Amino acid sequence: MAVSGLVMLGYLVVHMLGNLKIFFGADEFNGYAHWLRTLGSPFLHHEWALWIVRVALLAAVAAHAVSAYQLSRRDIKARPVKYAHKRRRASYATRTMRWGGVILALFIVWHLLDLTTLTVNERAWAGHPYENVLSTFSTWYGNTVYIVAMGALGLHVRHGFWSAAQTLGAGSARRDRALKFLANALALVLFAGFVSVPVAVMTGVVS
Amino acid sequence: MKLTLRVWRQQSPDAPGAMASYAVDGISKDMSFLEMLDTLNEDLILRGEDPVAFDHDCREGICGACSLVINGDAHGPERTTTCQLHMRSFADGDTIDVEPWRAAAFPVVKDLVVDRGSFDRIIQAGGYITAPTGAAPEAHATAVPKHDADHAFEHAECIGCGACVAACPNGSAMLFTSAKINHLNVLPQGSPERETRVLDMVATMDEEGFGGCTLAGECATACPKGIALPSITAMNKEWLRALRKGLR
Amino acid sequence: MSPNDSSFVHYTTGEPLADAKAPEGPIAERWDRRRFGARLVNPANRRKHTVIVVGTGLAGGAAGATLAEQGYHVVQFCFSDSPRRAHSIAAQGGINAAKNYRNDGDSVHRLFYDTVKGGDFRARESNVHRLAQISVEIIDQCVAQGVPFAREYGGLLDTRSFGGVQVSRTFYARGQTGQQLLLGAYQALSRQIAAGNVEMHARTEMLDLIVVDGVARGIVARDLVSGEITTHHADAVVLASGGYGNVFYLSTNAMNSNATAVWRAHRRGAYFANPCFTQIHPTCIPRTGDHQSKLTLMSESLRNDGRIWVPKAEGDHRPAADIPESERDYYLERIYPSFGNLVPRDIASRAAKNVCDEGRGVGPGGQGVYLDFADAIRRMGRDKVAEKYGNLFEMYERITAENPYEVPMRIYPAVHYTMGGLWVDYDLQTTVPGLFAIGEANFSDHGANRLGASALMQGLADGYFVLPSTINDYLARHPHREAVDDTHPETAAALRETRERLARLLSVDGDRTPDSFHREIGELMWEYCGMARTEEGLRKALQRIPEIRDEFWRRIKVPGRGEEFNQSLEKANRIVDYLELAELMCLDALHRAESCGGHFRGESQTAAGEAERRDEEFSYAAAWEFTGGAPVLHKEDLVFEYVHPTQRSYA
Repeated sequence: MAVSGLVMLGYLVVHMLGNLKIFFGADEFNGYAHWLRTLGSPFLHHEWALWIVRVALLAAVAAHAVSAYQLSRRDIKARPVKYAHKRRRASYATRTMRWGGVILALFIVWHLLDLTTLTVNERAWAGHPYENVLSTFSTWYGNTVYIVAMGALGLHVRHGFWSAAQTLGAGSARRDRALKFLANALALVLFAGFVSVPVAVMTGVVS
Repeated sequence: MKLTLRVWRQQSPDAPGAMASYAVDGISKDMSFLEMLDTLNEDLILRGEDPVAFDHDCREGICGACSLVINGDAHGPERTTTCQLHMRSFADGDTIDVEPWRAAAFPVVKDLVVDRGSFDRIIQAGGYITAPTGAAPEAHATAVPKHDADHAFEHAECIGCGACVAACPNGSAMLFTSAKINHLNVLPQGSPERETRVLDMVATMDEEGFGGCTLAGECATACPKGIALPSITAMNKEWLRALRKGLR
Repeated sequence: MSPNDSSFVHYTTGEPLADAKAPEGPIAERWDRRRFGARLVNPANRRKHTVIVVGTGLAGGAAGATLAEQGYHVVQFCFSDSPRRAHSIAAQGGINAAKNYRNDGDSVHRLFYDTVKGGDFRARESNVHRLAQISVEIIDQCVAQGVPFAREYGGLLDTRSFGGVQVSRTFYARGQTGQQLLLGAYQALSRQIAAGNVEMHARTEMLDLIVVDGVARGIVARDLVSGEITTHHADAVVLASGGYGNVFYLSTNAMNSNATAVWRAHRRGAYFANPCFTQIHPTCIPRTGDHQSKLTLMSESLRNDGRIWVPKAEGDHRPAADIPESERDYYLERIYPSFGNLVPRDIASRAAKNVCDEGRGVGPGGQGVYLDFADAIRRMGRDKVAEKYGNLFEMYERITAENPYEVPMRIYPAVHYTMGGLWVDYDLQTTVPGLFAIGEANFSDHGANRLGASALMQGLADGYFVLPSTINDYLARHPHREAVDDTHPETAAALRETRERLARLLSVDGDRTPDSFHREIGELMWEYCGMARTEEGLRKALQRIPEIRDEFWRRIKVPGRGEEFNQSLEKANRIVDYLELAELMCLDALHRAESCGGHFRGESQTAAGEAERRDEEFSYAAAWEFTGGAPVLHKEDLVFEYVHPTQRSYA
């Protein structure tokens, strides 16, 4: 879980930074998208780099989901009889890891259909991601789904990053505060970075 | 004080169980929680009913026998063992829910008594230093830095009560297992068996049916001896280190 | 024993008893000589021998692990759910060893001397010297096992002084030395369980001893979960079942500690020695009411800085802070100016009882004295006091809801340890061949009073070092015993008697709970066989005990069945044995018309009110033989070649 999670987290940071190019206008953004397809050329064939990344991500998502499924199964089996007196104490982020993960998985499916395959995008103008993004965030449901999912992402990263550090043995009593700060900062930066795009579209900063 | 108790009653390991309600009266604030249960049991015996079975022994907070989940908290609202919890932590007229530790690896024996043999088997898998009697070198032959000795002691304080498992949303035994690994692996005496110890104990922990760790941190909050969460991180580190050494 | 047999007090005196196993010669060489003289069992033959060990405390855990290491097949029992919960775990202070790491003049001989003197000259010299010799090996063994003793910044072991001795020889692990030593033994035992050398029966309680042809061959036990009564046979049986302090109902012992194993062994022929030697610890938290189920000890070290006092006037119920200095009586400092608050346990306990009896006690029921840290806080500062005693203060506050930094602590003496136990020879073998008793279960090393930090030492010495050497000799001399099974008449009889006893308990269906009887016998013992004993009181108790026993068998109510997990049945069955043991304790206390150590007879005191020993009459260990009626007393004369008895003085 920790390793696949960190792979995805690394990707998200790059993805978020790439998204911010939208603030420099359609040409810059679409050019960036085109560059991604020619990355590694001429050593790599057209879109090969992109596919390598996609395969790696798919593997990470699959590994993450399978481990999450196995862990959940095991955890539920470990307490066959529940307490009659329920009591919740762990933080919201910790408690919602499981359902947050499911929300994110569903979001990824929608996100791919919307902006990669363009299956559900109303404009669906291949090769023009800038316009497609504007199209997505011009609808209320597009914005809602995206912002809610990014909220879930922030929470997921907040507990996930810190936990991954513990699983990999990187934490210690002395480093704990720094790790917690880093986890919160990462969660916040990712949330803010991603959400800035729909907000910018909605407020007309990007049009 | 007058209280209503709702207690888990289960006749035997395979019998179905349910919460049963009892009214208790004349409870003093100076009583320990277990003395309050003693009072209930005296009444039940005289009424010809089966008294509530619960584990207890030293009643000083060190043997680790007592094991009650009180209002959803392992060992109740204070950070201590059930036997050191006093009735002044409750108010007159309260309704108190009392349940056993809940975990597949701790099957119920009767009422509030569970079988914690799985903890013994985790220790048997490697929670020791092989030092046959009579073969010991002079105690001062190996100096142990005070910092390491203190670290070992702080983890050796674990009383094996199982509150960590009871409190964990996943029924995981990571804190218990890591406490023993931290105690022994930091000492020079424990270092020859350092890798096999962590690999074998973790494998046994998994086989016993405990849940996996999601670092919810409930275990450390419930631990009456204050064993902290970084104990688990340190065990993970030891485990990864042992894996790497095994690959080489 | 018939219930109302008033002839119990008319005991007879039988043949004197001699310890045939202790070698002659210079005391420092005796243990080596004995070990060399002891026969050995060929390692290849050891696995053919089965040894039963009852109990998993320091003595039992250490013995089980060591015997299994040697290759014996060990079958071990404990009534807890895990061997790690034995009551040794609750020992706080430390463990003595004559390492002389401080270069402060300590030596094996000094530890030997201190222990014999501390025991008020009622222990066997040979045994005590062996204990002092082995003490140094125990520390080595425990360190090798990973016991996290306190260390100094240089990485070497720290020690402190304890219990009034003048050297610093006590090794400790904060306030949890017993826990850490027990976990060491438990882990060693766990290793042997995993290796298949120890067959561990947790939640299984010994209810009788099987003696075949005069030799111990097994036990009858009850599986506390299923209620099944089973027999287990072996070539030797080791009892490591602890002391009998719970006869008093309120004690610092764990709730389930009991006397059944030793008492049943006594009924089957093992002599019981010095049953009246019980230790009352002065610094316990007083009881708060009738609901009290047990007492909690606080480390004796508190007396290093706390001052003990009561109001000068009788019935002064003002809060401590309102009582001016001039109206306080720091009675220990007044009576014992040179030792003050640091007098030995027995003396401090008795003085507290005296002032409370005068009506000057404090707290609920007047059963307490103040232990005041106000001066210490003024002198050292609150932080320093917190650093030294913080965890004890916390524990006190949790139990009493009083803050000892602001209000003086209240303390009162409580039963803590029993020096008496099954009589054993130098090999730790009882009068029943093949039956050994180790740790607190035997009577051997502490005489009439145990020094602080010596119980852990004795338990581990017996378990790790003494028994594993001496049991070899027994097994080597009796190599081929015929197998015994449940069809053997002796086994069948023991099984039948146990079943009948439990069935009888379940069938009375009276109107009193087991606890009510336990409390009654406990109060009686505390009153008449507690801190101070008189002939009149003991006779009263001896008259009353058979009456209580009679009432018990008429009015006891045990709910449920025998074939299930039944804690009331466990309790009631233990009380059966307390009701008999209590009588022997009182008889022993009555017959020993001297004061010594923890045994204070009102009739035998000096003009200053101190305990007066009477060596010319009572310099012996009293070993009692069970007959069913009045017991037979066998005296083992104590010979002092190296330490000459003197009257203790602390004034």
